[in-house]
Amino acid sequence: MKSPWLQTLRQRLFATPVDAAITLVCLYVVWRLSVPLLHWLVFDATWNGTSRDACKGDGACWVFVRVRFSQFMYGQYPIPERWRVDIAGALLVATAGLLSWRGLPHRRGLAIASVTVLPLAGLWLLYGGLGLRIVETREWGGLMLTLVLTIYAGLIAVPLGILLALGRRSRLPLIRFASVVFIEFWRGVPIITVIFLASLLLPLIMPSGFDVDRLARAVLGLAFVIAAYMAEAVRGGLQALPEGQTEAAQALGLGYWRIQRRIVLPQALRIALPAMTNEFIALFKNTTLVLIVSLFDLLGIAQAALADPAWVGMNMEAYVFAGAIYWFACFAMSQWSRRREKRLQAAYGR
Amino acid sequence: MKFYGLAAAAACSIAGSLIAGPAMAQTLAPSETLDAVKARGHIECGVHLGLPGFSFANDKGEWSGLDVDYCKSLAAAVLGDATKVKYTPTSVQQRWPVLQSKQVDLLARNTTITFSRNATLGVNFQGINFYEGQTFVVRTKAKVTAVKDLADATVCVAAGSTEEKTAADWFRERNLKITIINFQKNDDAISAYDQGRCDAYTAGLGALAGQRIKFKNPAEHQILTEVISNDPQGPTTRWGDERWQLVVRWVLNAQIAAEALGVTSKNVDEMKAKSTNSEVRRLLGVEGKFGEMMGLSNDWAYNLIKQVGNYGESYERTVGMGSALKLKRGSNELWTKGGLLFTPPFQ
Repeated sequence: MKSPWLQTLRQRLFATPVDAAITLVCLYVVWRLSVPLLHWLVFDATWNGTSRDACKGDGACWVFVRVRFSQFMYGQYPIPERWRVDIAGALLVATAGLLSWRGLPHRRGLAIASVTVLPLAGLWLLYGGLGLRIVETREWGGLMLTLVLTIYAGLIAVPLGILLALGRRSRLPLIRFASVVFIEFWRGVPIITVIFLASLLLPLIMPSGFDVDRLARAVLGLAFVIAAYMAEAVRGGLQALPEGQTEAAQALGLGYWRIQRRIVLPQALRIALPAMTNEFIALFKNTTLVLIVSLFDLLGIAQAALADPAWVGMNMEAYVFAGAIYWFACFAMSQWSRRREKRLQAAYGR
Repeated sequence: MKFYGLAAAAACSIAGSLIAGPAMAQTLAPSETLDAVKARGHIECGVHLGLPGFSFANDKGEWSGLDVDYCKSLAAAVLGDATKVKYTPTSVQQRWPVLQSKQVDLLARNTTITFSRNATLGVNFQGINFYEGQTFVVRTKAKVTAVKDLADATVCVAAGSTEEKTAADWFRERNLKITIINFQKNDDAISAYDQGRCDAYTAGLGALAGQRIKFKNPAEHQILTEVISNDPQGPTTRWGDERWQLVVRWVLNAQIAAEALGVTSKNVDEMKAKSTNSEVRRLLGVEGKFGEMMGLSNDWAYNLIKQVGNYGESYERTVGMGSALKLKRGSNELWTKGGLLFTPPFQ
């Protein structure tokens, strides 16, 4: 049999005796590692049951994750109101799906709505008011809180980052100075400090009666730090752009904002996209730091569940489950970014 | 501060007698916190992030524990409904600022009462609802009943921990020999004990109780009731608002007094109707107007006993024999039964 697969295998992996030896050693190591891992994860694991007693084997006890699943997703969000979170989630998925379809009619309009109307609608669905029961943010938690933190901090951080990047390259000294100070300050402070100060010091120095929600403070803190990083990523894109682009646009008599919007940013953002995705992934993972101010995101709620005396010794299960969700989300983001880059590259080549 | 307090009290009593006349002859100091609690309709209780037996939220988000029961008792006393509590889980770093910035009305979370905290942090401790202290977990078959029985034993500890120092000092002072085996991490010391490398492992009562159920066979281990350190814990308020402090303090005292007087959630109605003991009658609001003196209704203690139970009921349900932790009462037994738990009289 002369299949091209076999051919490739021979060429790539077994070309010389040394290559063959290395391949075999690697295969052996993978086999030795993956067999016990798979046994623990799947074959010896317990899937069905309702309590700790169901888990007798040596494998993972996924019953724990099953029993706690809705808590990992919604936190302490009141059960009768959880349909609202589901709708918000469905909206999010539907919008993302529709936007990735390039032939969609009114795609531009939907894109604008997805960053203006939809976040407000999401906030209304999750928080309530105007006919819906109000669910305080302290009851939010789990994956839902992680997503809320990431999305809303991102919605603030991206435009702010772009403005800051432009500001840092501005000819007006005051704007340039302000941007530099903002960026250097927020980039220089550890995120955990920012969240801690926003959550604890702010209420102390604020006049009493003036209360900003704890979650909102955490979102703002995260957004400012990420905006500073985003600004530097965007600045990299701006700097990679030849001066000639701006000069040519100026020669055509275009104004500053028009040049940025039509000429500079579309090209700069394309270059900066990988770096910006990087910041976004970092933001997603940094949301776990809100645990320090007792907001229970996915990781926080998993850790809190570990203290349950009815479910002793579930550390591995909880962390593997939370880790898997984080990994899938980050992987999805980086895949999206790669596809986007490819498409933009194609557009650029045209 | 004192001057303003006095001035305010004086102004209030004058205003009170002018406006309300003789009906308000019993003047109450103003209480910002109590007014705020009544206006918003629930207590904001700062609790631990998650410590089984003390404050812990289960998979349905329902809180339970000894400290949580205290919060519920307070809600029952102040608002007549034990369910009117909202919990703010607080981390170690966060607890004091959260209390000071009035995000919570009080802390009921495992926090050791110390002089320097009381003197410098602007907080007051309103009594002791759990006498925490360092002790040992040993194997049941080892026939150890007191700490001194551990002479010539080996103890697993985490290197450099306060527990190591406390234990070493305790045995040195008594001229008892003990072998301490150091481990890099706490978890290593625990598993070494579980595997039989040491005769005992040492930590605080609450931590040990949580730890014991994680051992391979919890029934083979017991926790000594004797403690070698002194880490009392109880509800904590910020400075100022003396009347709120009064309420917080006497709700705890009412839990303890109810146990001492034999009033339980089951017999409280009968006691209220039939008891001839005048302290019971005062506690349950049959005699005197103790609730009104604090600005509460007179059935404040009745409500908390009926809805949450006395201290003993609460202890057994959360950390005691009726719970997974199976902690004996030890120091947390009533003073009349050889423990340290004490309340001044309701007179």
